[in-house]
Amino acid sequence: MNPANYLYLAALLFTIGASGVLLRRNAIVLFMCVELMLNASNLALVTFSRMHGNLDGQILAFFTMVVAAAEVVVGLAIIVSIFRTRHSASVDDSNLMKL
Amino acid sequence: MNSLIPLLVAAPLAGAALLLLGGRALDRFGHWIATALAALSFAFGLALFADMLGRDAEHRAVTEQLYSWIPVDGFQADVAFQLDQLSITFVLLITGVGTLIHLYSVGYMAHDERRRRFFAYLNLFLAAMLVLVLADNYLLLYVGWEGVGLASFLLIGFWQHKPSAATAAKKAFIVNRVGDMGLSIAIMLMFVEFGSFAFQPVFATAGDASEGKLTAIGLMLLLAACGKSAQVPLQSWLGDAMEGPTPVSALIHAATMVTAGVYLIVRSGAIFNLAPDAQTAVVVVGAVTLLFGAVVGCAKDDIKKALAGSTMSQIGYMIMAAGLGPIGYAFAIMHLVTHGFFKAGMFLGAGSVMHGMNDEVNMRHYGGLRKYMPVTFATFGLGYLAIIGFPGLSGFFSKDKIIEAAFAKGGTEGWILGLCALLGAAVTAFYMTRVMVLTFFGEKRWQPDAEGNDPHPHESPKSMTVPMVVLAFGSVFAGGLFVYGNSFLHWLEPVTGHAEGDSPLSPWTVTGLATACMLAGAALAWQMYGRSPVPVKPPVGSLLTRAARRDLLQDDFNHAVLVRPGTALAATLVWFDSRGLDGFVNGLAAAIGGISARLRRIQTGYVRTYALSMFGGTLVLVASTLLMRSV
Repeated sequence: MNPANYLYLAALLFTIGASGVLLRRNAIVLFMCVELMLNASNLALVTFSRMHGNLDGQILAFFTMVVAAAEVVVGLAIIVSIFRTRHSASVDDSNLMKL
Repeated sequence: MNSLIPLLVAAPLAGAALLLLGGRALDRFGHWIATALAALSFAFGLALFADMLGRDAEHRAVTEQLYSWIPVDGFQADVAFQLDQLSITFVLLITGVGTLIHLYSVGYMAHDERRRRFFAYLNLFLAAMLVLVLADNYLLLYVGWEGVGLASFLLIGFWQHKPSAATAAKKAFIVNRVGDMGLSIAIMLMFVEFGSFAFQPVFATAGDASEGKLTAIGLMLLLAACGKSAQVPLQSWLGDAMEGPTPVSALIHAATMVTAGVYLIVRSGAIFNLAPDAQTAVVVVGAVTLLFGAVVGCAKDDIKKALAGSTMSQIGYMIMAAGLGPIGYAFAIMHLVTHGFFKAGMFLGAGSVMHGMNDEVNMRHYGGLRKYMPVTFATFGLGYLAIIGFPGLSGFFSKDKIIEAAFAKGGTEGWILGLCALLGAAVTAFYMTRVMVLTFFGEKRWQPDAEGNDPHPHESPKSMTVPMVVLAFGSVFAGGLFVYGNSFLHWLEPVTGHAEGDSPLSPWTVTGLATACMLAGAALAWQMYGRSPVPVKPPVGSLLTRAARRDLLQDDFNHAVLVRPGTALAATLVWFDSRGLDGFVNGLAAAIGGISARLRRIQTGYVRTYALSMFGGTLVLVASTLLMRSV
């Protein structure tokens, strides 16, 4: 099978994730969309690794997973604490960071 | 022996520092410390004087180098004191009269709660004045010059709770500043011309400079002298300076500080001798002021202001004598010393009268005081006889010499100056007789003070009368002592030089004329004030009287010519500043503020907006990278 198809799939998944981040308001969904983007890029990296016949892409994919895991831990904690204080998971409600 | 010279200055300086830094602990006896240190300085002065008398005339001047102040290549400023016949004369006058006035102030300021500070300022004044007369270069002289200005400012405004005193102090300071500017310019000119401002090199090489430059230096020195010595056109501060306590008026604004201008001109004689135009300016200033002050003195009802007008007039005599050149230098200083005695004595007498009359200064509210204050009457009376030039007393000899010197100038100039001096002598006799009659003779015109207390005049305490008696002795005998065998002239001759003028009149004629003028003036005053009752309310008076009461419109003149245009200029500049400069700066700030207010709208606070901009940015980066690759 042509490896390019995996790249198309990765692009599709990334686009879905990016659209979700930009369009959805629920913090949890937003978060899942970010994960989708990360995984899409992982897929792309692995595909490139396969296409070029070296392990660079796969190693980078491992790094991405570690970073994603750390991000989930910190991000979920922030979302939960915001939900506790503001009783809302909508990112548009937390808009105090402006002049 | 020479090592005593710095101690002359150090003693009062230490007193000032001690009293100012010592705090309340010294409140009870600080004034005695100050008086003792002033007396100590006088004792040092006497010792140095005795030492100087022991040497022959050629070797009397000594210089004591203390340390190098600003040792820079090509600019050598030293703290060095020069003690010669001229300086020691001043040292003895300053410390002698100064000590007496310290003593007097012990009684006069007894009830003032800031007495310690007063004595500290008096000591500071003595130190600064001694630096002024002992300096061996113009820069150090300038230090003393500013020091006495500061002390004068502090003491005029000593009762600073009175707005009039605070204003008078400021006025004195600002007018003096105009004169000080003249001195600083003169020093700069000297440095440019001679490469030095020490007396020795400047006087030695004065002949090499062009006459124009010397005239410029001379005129700037004259401006300085006008400021410090209250000469026309910078005379307006002296009358107001009488707001200070009376001992201050006696010491600073009669006997010593105001004569600093005369000292400056006599000291700089080597420059003035080579600049005839500057000398002419000096005699004109002196002659104008001697008449100006005398006319003002005639109209004032405030006893201290009448005496202030008289001081101005007498210093006018000295300045005129100093402007006559070598024929007048020694006589200027001689009149300065005798004037120091009798004017200080009369101011102390006026203070004593005020002390007994609930601080009343209006002479129209005095009258008949001779029975109540016999010592004050006697000492004031001797001072009076001395100043009008009663034969045999100090002022007779010293003023007579100046009138002779004025005639001896020769030519039309000599006649004009001599007649001015004679006229001045007549007016002097008039206004001093007026002061004397209004205060001590006639019927009582006493008025209750603001609280309704009737005055109970009484003789002042011993600490006040003793200095007055000592000064009265000086008023009587100093002049005779000085002219006996021309001792004063020979004493100063090595420093100032001396030349006999070519007088159209014989000395005896001048003496006769001066005495006749004096008698005429005194008789006129007796006729006007002694033989008929004096109204308590001043009569309207002639145009001249009314002008003289307002100091011959000096303040109106200054106001119209200097203050009002100055205010207008300042207002224009303020307008330019607030509308022009501030408008530009404020406009710039408003523009930046407006742009910022619009720019900040970009910051919405919505996470998704930021995310979108990040995506956008990434897209641009990726697209541009790809584009660059493909090109």
